[in-house]
Amino acid sequence: MKAKVQVFLKPGVLDVQGKAVEAALHGLGWADVSGVRVGRTIEFDLTETDAAKAEAEVKAMCDELLANTVIESYRVEIA
Amino acid sequence: MKAAVVVFPGSNCDRDCKVAIERSAGARVEMVWHQETALPDDLDLIVLPGGFSYGDYLRCGAMAAQSPVMREVVKAAEDGVAVVGICNGFQVLTEVGLLPGALLRNAKLKYVCKPVALDVVNSQTRFTASFGEQRSAVMTVGNGEGNYFADEATLDRIEGEGQVVFRYQDNPNGSARDIAGVMNAKGNVLGLMPHPDRAFDPDLGSEDGALLFRSIFASA
Repeated sequence: MKAKVQVFLKPGVLDVQGKAVEAALHGLGWADVSGVRVGRTIEFDLTETDAAKAEAEVKAMCDELLANTVIESYRVEIA
Repeated sequence: MKAAVVVFPGSNCDRDCKVAIERSAGARVEMVWHQETALPDDLDLIVLPGGFSYGDYLRCGAMAAQSPVMREVVKAAEDGVAVVGICNGFQVLTEVGLLPGALLRNAKLKYVCKPVALDVVNSQTRFTASFGEQRSAVMTVGNGEGNYFADEATLDRIEGEGQVVFRYQDNPNGSARDIAGVMNAKGNVLGLMPHPDRAFDPDLGSEDGALLFRSIFASA
């Protein structure tokens, strides 16, 4: 199975990178942009064939390493 | 009196720490490579130095927190050995869960490198006893991700328990409640963004960092 993990700073945690990108987009004339958040995507393959088991496994990886849950939240997609 | 300085790939303040500890406290210092599975015997202090361990991959300190030697550092911390994480070392200590909170990118996005004035908030710790009546200190910061973050409940708790050890007089990076240095509840693990290893000699502009190292060995 293929796993895709998206990690973002939690709502309420200041995303200065997102703010800077938003300001740059405004500078280029896209005035209708707001709420930019910059995150990270991690993709990998798993030998597990059961989607539910794979998802549980990937969530454990997120809690242990891929995300720092003090400041970040994550989303897991299994396909 | 014996200390160990852990060297990760990408550490760049490891030798500074060794010299600072030797000159401030006269202690013997051994350098320990991150892949070691055992620490030297009878340590009074373990230092995680500044730098960019593992190129800051994934998150600052995240890879270093998984190094083999860190399992031993966690065990030593549980046994009561003093552990100090400076700058990147502070990030490693939060990533490995020995200290509360996390370090975010600086609020104004800039890498900040300059001497900063600090309040010694708690002088009743094994890291600050030698400051005596001195309630302020000057040390240099050098960080891009030194913006201390913890949720409000955690901040209230660590302030209430006296775990905030140093505070910035003029916050350089957006840290919550101006926190520059924080210790664990047991009082034997300290993380701080300012560098005591860059403040141990008048030629460096400050000797206040030497007081921190002396405190640790005075109580050892």
